Amino acid sequence: MRENVVIRTVTRLMVPFIQVFGLYVIVHGASGAGGGFQGGVAFAAAFILMVIAFGLPDVRARFGNRGIMYASIIGICIYAAIGLLSLLYAGNFLELAVIEEASGIPHLHGILIDIVEAGIGITVMAVMISIVYYMTDTGGDSS
Amino acid sequence: MKTKALIAVLFIGIILFWAVEDMPAFGDPNSPATAYTGQLFVERTYEDTGIANIVTAILVSYRGFDTLGEVVVIFTAGIAVILLLGRGGRL
Repeated sequence: MRENVVIRTVTRLMVPFIQVFGLYVIVHGASGAGGGFQGGVAFAAAFILMVIAFGLPDVRARFGNRGIMYASIIGICIYAAIGLLSLLYAGNFLELAVIEEASGIPHLHGILIDIVEAGIGITVMAVMISIVYYMTDTGGDSS
Repeated sequence: MKTKALIAVLFIGIILFWAVEDMPAFGDPNSPATAYTGQLFVERTYEDTGIANIVTAILVSYRGFDTLGEVVVIFTAGIAVILLLGRGGRL
């Protein structure tokens, strides 16, 4: 499997496009069809394709278990931090409209929602990759 | 045993076909699912949030706390997979 030139070359060509598409879906969440959950899964699909083509150890060497745990925690922290930010402007938790009114920057609500979507995307991507890592891990020498 | 299962499946199927008659027509604007809050969100979302995508506005702005809970649920699922399938050692 790992010596198959066709699979490796096609994967090498496809992965950047899949990742760009995942980022597009995440960033496009406020102005069109898209969102953090879908984009995170699309981004994780690129990593899953890499696990299929190059084997688990090679992919894990680039994005390890520790990095995955940190990424999933960072995503939730981004979301909660944006929620706590509205408390500073005398609003309720996650009341994003208060920040736009107080600061006066136009379209800030949509930008904050994009940041929140990015947080959701990071967490979903990390959890999907961690599930694949731990389910395909057969103990070392195989894969 | 197979006859009983077949009878049960046919019975439930007939009931379901019978119930389809009472469902609202496809895309009916007066159906209960779209008449009350759905109409409200379609009218108000752009004024309230300034976001073109109504689904995202409801998901993150109106129901933001709910979505935070959903993300925590996904995170918990990931931790559960790691604890069940991981071979000990450090995370």
